[in-house]
Amino acid sequence: MRISREKLRWLYETMYRIRRFEETMLEQTFRGNAMGVTHPSDGQEAVPTGICAHLTEKDWIGSTHRGHGHCIAKGLDTKAMMAEIMGRYTGQCKGKGGSMHIADFSKGMLGANAIVGASVPLAVGAALTAKYRGMENESVGVAFFGDGATSQGVVHESMNLAAIWKLPVVFACENNQYAEATPAWYAVSTDDISARADSYGIPGVQVDGMDVFAVYEAAGQAVERARAGEGPTLLELKTYRYHGHFHADDPKKYRKSDEEEEYQERDCIKGFENLVTKQGAMTEDELEEVRNDIEQEMQDAVDFALNSPMPPIEELYSDVYVNYSNPVAGLR
Amino acid sequence: MTTAQATEAISVLNDPGVLVPGPGYDVPGAVVRYRDAFNQTLRDELNRDQDVFIMGEDISGGFDRDTHEPLDAWGGPFAATKGLVQDFGPERIRDAPISEAGFVGAAVGAALTGLRPVVDLMYFDFVTVAYDQLLSNAAKSRYMFGGQTKVPMTLFARSGGGTGHAAQHSESFYSMLAHIPGLKVVVPSDPYTVRGLLASAIRDDDPVFLVNDKKLINMEGFCPEESFEIPLGKGRYLKHGDDITLIGMSYTSVVCKQAADALAEEGIEAEVVDMLSLSPFDEEIILESVMKTNRVVIVDEDTPRASMASEFAAIIADKAFDYLDAPVKRVTGPHTPVPYNKGLETAFMPQPDDVVSTVKAMLDI
Repeated sequence: MRISREKLRWLYETMYRIRRFEETMLEQTFRGNAMGVTHPSDGQEAVPTGICAHLTEKDWIGSTHRGHGHCIAKGLDTKAMMAEIMGRYTGQCKGKGGSMHIADFSKGMLGANAIVGASVPLAVGAALTAKYRGMENESVGVAFFGDGATSQGVVHESMNLAAIWKLPVVFACENNQYAEATPAWYAVSTDDISARADSYGIPGVQVDGMDVFAVYEAAGQAVERARAGEGPTLLELKTYRYHGHFHADDPKKYRKSDEEEEYQERDCIKGFENLVTKQGAMTEDELEEVRNDIEQEMQDAVDFALNSPMPPIEELYSDVYVNYSNPVAGLR
Repeated sequence: MTTAQATEAISVLNDPGVLVPGPGYDVPGAVVRYRDAFNQTLRDELNRDQDVFIMGEDISGGFDRDTHEPLDAWGGPFAATKGLVQDFGPERIRDAPISEAGFVGAAVGAALTGLRPVVDLMYFDFVTVAYDQLLSNAAKSRYMFGGQTKVPMTLFARSGGGTGHAAQHSESFYSMLAHIPGLKVVVPSDPYTVRGLLASAIRDDDPVFLVNDKKLINMEGFCPEESFEIPLGKGRYLKHGDDITLIGMSYTSVVCKQAADALAEEGIEAEVVDMLSLSPFDEEIILESVMKTNRVVIVDEDTPRASMASEFAAIIADKAFDYLDAPVKRVTGPHTPVPYNKGLETAFMPQPDDVVSTVKAMLDI
């Protein structure tokens, strides 16, 4: 596998940006600056990074309640993301969506989605648009979803539709092995989710989701296949979330520490740093520079968000419809 | 007919004496079946905009085993889309597997990325299979993403009892959709209104659900030859009268008109309001009529609890209470599923006689 220096740096930057965003976001959440529930994705950074490395703004992704990593990997602005989580008017969605509904249509990001599995058909629909317009080679749909979503009917329906219509879709199952508190070994009928691809007649690949290079390579093939008009692929990316299901969830109540330690040892960022320095592809100074830049970016994002205005109360009523505003403001 | 002319036509419709367009009405047209008006409108919109495509189960219906070409054997449920696949091809007349949540979700994704999907959900009852995609994705995306996107999609399905389709193929639960902020709901009641409302729905930038009562599908009526729009959210008068207001929606507008004709023979002049849109709905026409007649019966084939009939009654109680000479009455289906047996099914659905007897009781006749 050959990766340009520029891309290599991007992989590191993106993983580290996601990691620090989640940590910073959690800190702000515990300070009471987030206005609601947040679902951190730290530990899983290699997955959105390795996949989105192959995408442009013309490609579309559907995301989940644990969507900050997908947003960042798709190029969303961390200032507007942080402001959204803090419910500010300058947020990506004017403070009306929050952590679970961050979207940026200008970046090909169809939105984080808080109904488990519900964004999967959206990515299929985006791929349908691409096929309808004969643009499969420049616009594929990537559906991110977790192991929990594999129990949802609409996910199966989406895979069947994409398979029969040969749509340019990559189904990216982030198997972090827990749906809320429920382990995948209990809730999922197989140890090999990627094997389910066989039943739709599409390729399925199980990938080490803690290794950004493994993700990058598998995703490259899946995206290439989609762009070539050969149809969808199911990737199962085995990964791990370091934190609980949501900010205040203590995973130690349902996970064992040896398991957590095992994944910490296989951390995607540490693994990347060890490999690139050993091979001389990046120096420790270069890595340090990236980390320092991102540290500053996070500080700027927090400052921007904290200093941003709240949405005016009129925003409660706007954007329900395109061309009809409801004169009924609610019955009081 | 241009949009301006169509809007004018609506106001003409609102004039006494010219309530339903027909022979002598100053627009070229003909008497057609509801289903043909519907099919022609789909055809018009497919021709008008390359981004419009239709998706649903058996909308062409059947594929040749050897060539894999669509056969158009069904041409859609109730032949709604008959002939379209020959003219527009299988990419634009996209036959879907029995996968309502999947293809409604895919339609939302297509709408979010620039197309204008039209989805045939076959029976109205199947809404619940795709309800999450409608509620959580189609209706909420614009709002929760801060106005940065829109979902220009249209859905339609067949509702109502009267055809022996029994409990799971006869729903009229309009309020299940009208309850959702972000979604629009329209209920045409004849060939003219389905033509205008379907065109408006497809051209509208919000998700719109058009409910077709099965009892209307073979109904005949005058329809202008050229495409036109009926504004979403506006009702119309089907008959003017001073004694009492009858409010109908979809097929119950026909029921109300029949009841009003029967009442007229006994010297009671009922005014008939045909809602046409249920979300948004025309509050003004309801209040205007009730403030004039001081009595109102709302006729809804849906089950009664938390229904459109309840909503209209609440609006009247809130805003026209001082004008009422009698309590607001509702004639609806009972709080039961729709039964199969013909006698039971007929008893389930509001009949003109039910409306007439309710009116007479209110007038102490």
